[in-house]
Amino acid sequence: MDVLVQLIDATIRVSVPLLLACLAGLYSERAGIFDIGLEGKMLAGAFAGASAAAVTGSAWVGLGAAILTAVCFALVHGFASITHRGNQIVSGVAINFIAAGSTIILGQAWFKQGGRTPSLSGGGRFEAITLPGAEAVKDVPILGTIYSDILSGHSLLVYVAFLMVPFTWWVLFRTRFGLRLRAVGENPAAVDTAGISVAWLRYRAVICTGILTGIAGAYLSVAQNAGFVKDMTAGKGFIALAALIFAKWKPVPAMFACLLFGFLEAASIRFQGMAWPMIGKVPVQLMQALPYILTVILLAGFIGKAIPPRAGGVPYVKER
Amino acid sequence: MAEAAIELIGINKSFGAVRANRDINLEIAPGTIHGIIGENGAGKSTLMSILYGFYQADSGEIRVGGKPITIKTPNDAIAVGIGMVHQHFMLVENFTVLENVILGAESEALLKKSIVKARSELQRLEREYGLEVDPDAVIEELPVGLQQRVEILKALYRGAEILILDEPTGVLTPPEADHLFRILKQLKEQGKTIVLITHKLREIMAITDTVSVMRQGTMVATRETAKTTVGELAELMVGRRVLLRVEKGEAKPGAIKLSVKNLTVRDSRGVTMVNDVSFDIRGGEIVGIAGVAGNGQSELIEAISGIRRAVSGSVMLDGKPIDVIGIADPGELRDRGLAHVPEDRHHVGLVLAFEENENSILGYHDDPKYLNGPLLNIDAIRNDARDKIEKYDIRPGDCRLKTANFSGGNQQKIVLAREMEQDPGVLIVGQPTRGVDVGAIEFIHKRLIAMRDQGKAVLLVSVELDEIRSLSDRILVMFDGRVVGERGSDATEGELGLLMAGVERKEAAE
Repeated sequence: MDVLVQLIDATIRVSVPLLLACLAGLYSERAGIFDIGLEGKMLAGAFAGASAAAVTGSAWVGLGAAILTAVCFALVHGFASITHRGNQIVSGVAINFIAAGSTIILGQAWFKQGGRTPSLSGGGRFEAITLPGAEAVKDVPILGTIYSDILSGHSLLVYVAFLMVPFTWWVLFRTRFGLRLRAVGENPAAVDTAGISVAWLRYRAVICTGILTGIAGAYLSVAQNAGFVKDMTAGKGFIALAALIFAKWKPVPAMFACLLFGFLEAASIRFQGMAWPMIGKVPVQLMQALPYILTVILLAGFIGKAIPPRAGGVPYVKER
Repeated sequence: MAEAAIELIGINKSFGAVRANRDINLEIAPGTIHGIIGENGAGKSTLMSILYGFYQADSGEIRVGGKPITIKTPNDAIAVGIGMVHQHFMLVENFTVLENVILGAESEALLKKSIVKARSELQRLEREYGLEVDPDAVIEELPVGLQQRVEILKALYRGAEILILDEPTGVLTPPEADHLFRILKQLKEQGKTIVLITHKLREIMAITDTVSVMRQGTMVATRETAKTTVGELAELMVGRRVLLRVEKGEAKPGAIKLSVKNLTVRDSRGVTMVNDVSFDIRGGEIVGIAGVAGNGQSELIEAISGIRRAVSGSVMLDGKPIDVIGIADPGELRDRGLAHVPEDRHHVGLVLAFEENENSILGYHDDPKYLNGPLLNIDAIRNDARDKIEKYDIRPGDCRLKTANFSGGNQQKIVLAREMEQDPGVLIVGQPTRGVDVGAIEFIHKRLIAMRDQGKAVLLVSVELDEIRSLSDRILVMFDGRVVGERGSDATEGELGLLMAGVERKEAAE
């Protein structure tokens, strides 16, 4: 029982950055801008968040800095791919490289700790929140355990991430902005002829992406960990993209896809070095590779046909 | 006379060095259907895009209802009551009808009220104009005719008093087009002004009150439809006399070149599309297959040209069998002298992203005359392409230009030049003049007749009955996958029409 609770608890923690990045990608890709730069934006956000939090001692300033930085990176991607109709993949790759390099250089120049930022403590981090009454119901079997050990005891950003799922659904399917966002990813010409600016709409979408990747980065460095370590995103931005494809660009399935990947990662950590009945000891590397192997298998045909937004990756040019 | 609904004064528009519109003056009377006709590339669509705020004129004035206005964006056009139905529908395919209708016209940040309002508004429009469509249907599941109706509804929902339709019948079947015309007449009766852009003379004669002719960016004439003729309009469009009826001599049929026996073909869903079809084509004759689109003609020529598997039956080319069951290799068929001009030039006939010269040899690229050892002989290919450009009058005459930048008629000429210049014994042609303008149609028809006179066998499939009748030496009519009748070139339109509708099916089967 304890193992299960720990595993679920770890799954939630590990899923959060995936989920935030996945939803971030959803806004952008639904608007027709492919974004493989989620990883880079998250990394830049994590670094900016940890740096600002270390200097000011405030996690909130850290979060603000993370969001601001990630939005700036998102706007660069927007400028290249919306205004200048550049190749979105190339722009995304460039952002990943810029983020990977510049965070280390700036980190070393500012803090001289080999690319790390100083360790955060106290108000510099988002601490775990104990939900009201969590202590009281701790001993109630099952329900109490779920409430106090699984639902309670996470940092604020975890709750934000999960609340973003229904919020994103609501934005996409219940608001004017969402309708237009979905339309511009499918047929920008239809949006243009309806008298709506395609560019402005897409810029707003990439700003949403920036905000969410910023939160994801801040979660990594200011909540889950106590500081920035180089390459701390470790491919999460790419896994988030895979999750987005599984989820067929829909918010609720995106959450489940991210939880699945989070679970695999949590399990690979939890069961490292453990001897399995019949199989024996599984090499650590195999466990670590499991989420990626699953990604390939699932993408290779277990999820049915995933149809991306039709105008995805194509810069909008008015036809003559 | 009442104030003009739309008045254009001295409109000029250039794209780089190309002057798409020169000094255009046009007056459109309210409550009429005004046709604008011209060849592809004459500047019709550009002019209407200026009116709809998609582009801005370099100079000139637009007046709506007598008042000068500036139209900078489609929003400005919508605000003065101009609506547009684009040639390629501006619909979001995986949205519902309702979502498409409200897109851009949502009254507030949340959708709920807009949806409720649009639903009742659609019901009102449905009552008033007979524009029925299920508001919750998803666009991609609707037939093209209904999708177009959604476009019209979109414009009406935005309060359009002036409706511009850009080549509205290009994608429609003849019955769908007739239905559209009924709707347009009804809209006119309700006081709407309609601008119809087309290159089809028949439509102009059938439905418009007034017609303006454009040629090479200029407005050359405006006529009352009742007081003009097809011949006059065609001449105005092309700038010279056009032969609307092809001149050809007697056919001199020779040996059987292509023989189809008991061919049966199913489509991807397993539906039998070609049912036990047999016919022969001799050298020196054109055999036309008439029929309403979707009665198996497409599947028939696909099976013969090796693109689609047949279920049973046999096809002989010059007395030797083609493996239509096991799927023939189209490349091998080409080598054996069977050339195919596909119906869908965009998806099957051309790679639009390629340069013209690349498309002009596509499929024949392993012909030694285009090769230099294992490499392509670029000089030979380009010279060859330039020859074809000259011979077929492909415009613009630049073989390095991307194929997508040619007009539909010129793209068709690229395909025809490629297939005809290989000097095939049998030519299978699907919809040779779809989306092609009058001048090019005349040219293509002459080339087909010339092929026939050289003793080639030509199988022609077309949904344009006029085309079938004027070119074919023998006409086969297909209905529901079967050949339901054979007629000579003297068959009347009415006679063929009945066969196409399946009326004489029983008699034909006996």
